[in-house]
Amino acid sequence: MIEAQDLTKRYGDKLAVDHLSFKVEPGRVTGFLGPNGAGKSTTMRLVLGLDRPNTGTATINGRPYAQLAQPLLTVGALLEAKAMHPGRSARNHLLFLAQTQGLPSRRVDEVLDLVGLREVANQRVRGYSLGMSQRVGIAAAMLGNPSVLLLDEPVNGLDPEGILWIRNLMKHLASEQRTIFVSSHLMNEMAVTADHLIVIGKGKLIAESSTQEFIERSSEKTVLVRSPDAGALADLIAAEGGKAIPQDPAEGRAAALSVTGMEAPRIGEIAAANRIVLHELTPRLGSLEEAFIEMTAGSVEYGGDTPAVAQEPAASVTSAGSSQ
Amino acid sequence: MSTVSTAPAAQAPAPIPARRSGFAGVMLGEWTKIRSVRSTVWTLIIFVVVSLGLTALLTWLTLNAISNGRRSDAASSIVTDPVNFILGTGLGLGQLAICVLGVLVITSEYSTGAIRSALLAVPRRYPVMLAKGLVFAAVVIVVGEIVAFLSFFIGRALVNGHVVTLRGNEAGQVVTVHHTITVSLSQPGVLQAVVGSGLYLTVLGLFSLAIGGLIRHTAGAITAVIGMVLVIFPLAGLLPSSWGAHVHAYLPTIAGQLITQDKTTAGQLLSAWQGFGVFCAWTVLLMAAAIFLLQKRDA
Repeated sequence: MIEAQDLTKRYGDKLAVDHLSFKVEPGRVTGFLGPNGAGKSTTMRLVLGLDRPNTGTATINGRPYAQLAQPLLTVGALLEAKAMHPGRSARNHLLFLAQTQGLPSRRVDEVLDLVGLREVANQRVRGYSLGMSQRVGIAAAMLGNPSVLLLDEPVNGLDPEGILWIRNLMKHLASEQRTIFVSSHLMNEMAVTADHLIVIGKGKLIAESSTQEFIERSSEKTVLVRSPDAGALADLIAAEGGKAIPQDPAEGRAAALSVTGMEAPRIGEIAAANRIVLHELTPRLGSLEEAFIEMTAGSVEYGGDTPAVAQEPAASVTSAGSSQ
Repeated sequence: MSTVSTAPAAQAPAPIPARRSGFAGVMLGEWTKIRSVRSTVWTLIIFVVVSLGLTALLTWLTLNAISNGRRSDAASSIVTDPVNFILGTGLGLGQLAICVLGVLVITSEYSTGAIRSALLAVPRRYPVMLAKGLVFAAVVIVVGEIVAFLSFFIGRALVNGHVVTLRGNEAGQVVTVHHTITVSLSQPGVLQAVVGSGLYLTVLGLFSLAIGGLIRHTAGAITAVIGMVLVIFPLAGLLPSSWGAHVHAYLPTIAGQLITQDKTTAGQLLSAWQGFGVFCAWTVLLMAAAIFLLQKRDA
């Protein structure tokens, strides 16, 4: 269980984390979502005691990180930036960490096996691919078999096989009742990995909900309509309370509209009643990624000075959703 | 995972039994770190080669210059204080490798991000710096004493029994003096100078480590340390009047180097061990400042 209470971190003039509070429960993968620069890494560094918050506290299983005597036995962390000396071998990097915690050196071999790096463990990290470095980081995080894991952008730079591996590992670890807190700026990745989402933008909490709920709320139904008489059809749709947005015309094809607030059958009926030819009528689910960008763009736009947004994060979700 | 768990299945996995290793574990970890990067080994090799090589080369060249009838200040110092000449030449330059290594031991952690791993493992932070200092000091004192003794033995083999003929002008008359150079560990102050050279290098390494911990950038910290040791502290000797002399005498490496000298010079303000104490005090002060900032700053 990770608990953040009113965390604020300021670097000079820049407010990286802005009165952020959240809880990360065990037994599920909690995604920490936000665009680049939203304050995800900073928040994780505050939780891990690497940076000192200007206000607020962060605890892991009820205690600040700095008070853990053998922290790696409770918490494992994969930081976004490399935290290894490139001139040192993976084995020696893990060995030094094990020694500081009083862990037996056989544990180093166990985690090397877990991430599949045993063969190359004696080579210097300098020669590793990004994916291999990430695996060393995972091995370091798993060294003390911790009940809490913080992973900052773990799939960055990984090939599809590596992404699948990390995804399954996180789900497996969560099924063992561990607390898994994983950050990402990729909405689609989180949609398939995380059970629960904490979304931040500009250092502020934007939304916190189950992934399922988040997807349902964010993905809006639209209908793509293609017609040689799109302009007239758009006016008729608008008159019936729908909203039609002209799309970029494709070469050699009829003009397209993206319609929201109206189902495909009703659009077809309107077209038929007014003798308008349709070339295409396709119901679509809105892109989750688009909804996410929309939502966090709002937080960038209004971030900083408007207290209403900070105090009512749910309102910004709703307004971002209904504006389309 | 590998342990037998008595907890119910719904509970988090049982932690791996690890004995509380405390500070000894942190020291062990720092030892693993210092021995597992090539820069440590290379810098120490450079230190040994430069120190021993230059001691041999400069001693031999200077003796040759005297034999060929050329006389210089260096030539006369090898005659008047051969032990100081032997210990001052090679180690005088070799000490820079210790400065570089002392800085690198800490700044390379910042430049590579390895410091974050270290502070995640030891969130109380100060044990990392203390353990690093102790482990590094242990390495330098062993290598430093070996190199100090080897330098002395190399120099002794070259200078012992060498007869120099010095021509001077005294009271209008040309005077010729024949002098046989003899050095031995049993001469007064010599053993202290040799052992002291290793001690000086050890404290110099810690001094550099502390500067590295304060500045946190490799290039900046190396420039600062070498600038102080080679330029700023010696130049302070040019300060006017007696307060200038006092300031100069109490500067870290100026005071620290007294213990590497077998003879006291006229007007020396501190004894060898007092000077060493002053150097140690500076180093403890800087180390305390480095630890204070380590506790306070974001990593």
